[in-house]
Amino acid sequence: MTSGAGRAWGAGLPGGKGLAHLAPGPIVAVLLLLAGVIFPLAITSETATQIAVDTLLFVAAAVAWNLFSGFSGYISLGHAVFFGTGAYTVGIAAQDWHVTGDLEFALLPLAGLAAGLVAVPFGLIALRVRRHTFVVVTIAIFFIFQLMAFNFSFTGGSVGIPAPFLTWAPETYNVPFYYLALALAAGAAVLSWLIYGSRFGLQLRAIRDDEDRARGLGVRTMRVKLTAFVISGVITGIVGAIWFFFIAQVLPQYGFDPLFDLTVALMAFIGGFGTLWGPIVGALALEPIQQLMTLRLSNSYASELIWGTLFLLVIMFLSRGVLPIAGEKIARWRARRARRPAGDGPAPGPAPGPAPAPGVPARLGPDAPPPP
Amino acid sequence: MGRELSRAIVDGVLVGGVYALMAVGLTLIFGVLDIINIAQGILVVLAAYLSYLLSVHLHLDLFLGLLVTTPVMFGLGVVIQVVLMRRLRGHERTSMSLLASYAVMIIIEGILYLSFGPDYVTLNAWYVNQSLHILGFYLPYVYLFGFALAAGIVVALYLLLYRTMFGRSLRATMQDHTAARLIGIDINRVAALAFGIGVGVTAAGGVAFGATNAFNANSGYDLISRLLAIIILGGMGSIGGALVAAIMMGTIESVVDIWSPTWSVAVFYLALVLVLTFRPQGLFGQREARAQ
Repeated sequence: MTSGAGRAWGAGLPGGKGLAHLAPGPIVAVLLLLAGVIFPLAITSETATQIAVDTLLFVAAAVAWNLFSGFSGYISLGHAVFFGTGAYTVGIAAQDWHVTGDLEFALLPLAGLAAGLVAVPFGLIALRVRRHTFVVVTIAIFFIFQLMAFNFSFTGGSVGIPAPFLTWAPETYNVPFYYLALALAAGAAVLSWLIYGSRFGLQLRAIRDDEDRARGLGVRTMRVKLTAFVISGVITGIVGAIWFFFIAQVLPQYGFDPLFDLTVALMAFIGGFGTLWGPIVGALALEPIQQLMTLRLSNSYASELIWGTLFLLVIMFLSRGVLPIAGEKIARWRARRARRPAGDGPAPGPAPGPAPAPGVPARLGPDAPPPP
Repeated sequence: MGRELSRAIVDGVLVGGVYALMAVGLTLIFGVLDIINIAQGILVVLAAYLSYLLSVHLHLDLFLGLLVTTPVMFGLGVVIQVVLMRRLRGHERTSMSLLASYAVMIIIEGILYLSFGPDYVTLNAWYVNQSLHILGFYLPYVYLFGFALAAGIVVALYLLLYRTMFGRSLRATMQDHTAARLIGIDINRVAALAFGIGVGVTAAGGVAFGATNAFNANSGYDLISRLLAIIILGGMGSIGGALVAAIMMGTIESVVDIWSPTWSVAVFYLALVLVLTFRPQGLFGQREARAQ
């Protein structure tokens, strides 16, 4: 039961008293957003803003990934499909319709739409299997898309597609992208928060804990999973489109990049898989490191090696995520402190021992307490 | 036309045999340990590079070199299982093992790039460029040898699994970990050996792959995507299924190749998606039991 409670804690970041410090409610979120708004005004270095844009795009992507995979427990290693679909959709649309300059941003909803449309058949096929069969199917479908991007003529083959040229001044070029990425990241986080607390979010987590039991209790599992998959795909598609405009070009191996899947998964895991803040913290911590490594190390293979090693270390030692682990440490420390004065007199504080996770609906898992 | 077709089918079966060898290792690891070893593809490339080093520097024949590379790959597999996979605990253990093997793949890829650079290499020997002329077919010797090797190893694996005590305990572990432990099977030993065997076959796979394809560190992606497709199509954990699916893949690819070389791979993946739509557990897979 203890391990079950620990897991529920990690999952129950919002409103969970045990994690009050670490699950900063709206206040810290607003402060963080304010800092985000001020950042490009305070720091104008082009390198810094460029890294910031990349980081925010990955915040959005990691939150979107976690919204499906973290909540439902279905680990997708095929989200690059949506990323690439978004990038290629706006690229091809801009080319065919001769969209130039700032007008290209009007195409962003199209990226989300296309990614969502791809997510439906993708999900209908992949979500019929579970656990690692699901993971493997997502990988296989991902490779089909990469292959198509290489081989179709309308994707430009291995030459890729260039984005419309933006006539912006180089010193402020990054700023509009920054705010766009910030808005998307904030929007994704808010959406993820809304879903988490909703009936829909509860159904998703019920699926993660025990899908058959959830279905037995009346959750329409396929519909719920597919909806989350599509929402996640739409956001990831828009991330891909903004990235494409920012980089101004898409090549098949970068549009459909296996490392993308791995990176968003790593971010969610390092911060806390299935939690609200986990992917945000993970992306904010990892993407700047990744970018700096690419900038500093001329040898991209060395950075790949470091990245893989880092990833492995996280899985071996921090697989439950920094936030849940820290949250448990703090809860244990508080429980110990609360117990100590109990020797002097009647303890007024909370009951000793790890408190059950408040605000978290009882798990639908096998270790939920049986009814009396 | 008919002649071209039969030629394509023979080619496809030969190529499929080589893939079957690598896929059997993958599906064996999955069956025993519930782990998808994403690193299998890059391990094949690593084995190919090892054979390359042996043949260039020590002038060792590729197939003789297997006597060196197979134990090395086997040992590497045991190390990966004991040092990494065994330590993973907790609810998300199986997903974690998948991500861990993905990380191993990236690390090995990075090491291979650093050591050998991005240039493509091929394995060379007299049999790589010569063909056997038989019944009007030109069969490259290397494919024949590779197929014979694959067939030999698969038969040996079959005998190991179904005719020895170790095989029996291994299959028992595949069926039910807890029950296997209860009757006194040393699960850790079985798991380490199974991982070792699954990775060990990449040595032979590496020779066959490296002699028939130009490869670099990036080739692991192409390999693993095919291998994963094969074991899904065959049914995860089914060794016979992996054999059938690999031969199917080889044949479909080489037949489609007659008309359109660019799309030959895509047609196989399309077939995979079609099969999954109607039979999510693959051709020979069992329906997944209730997830615990």
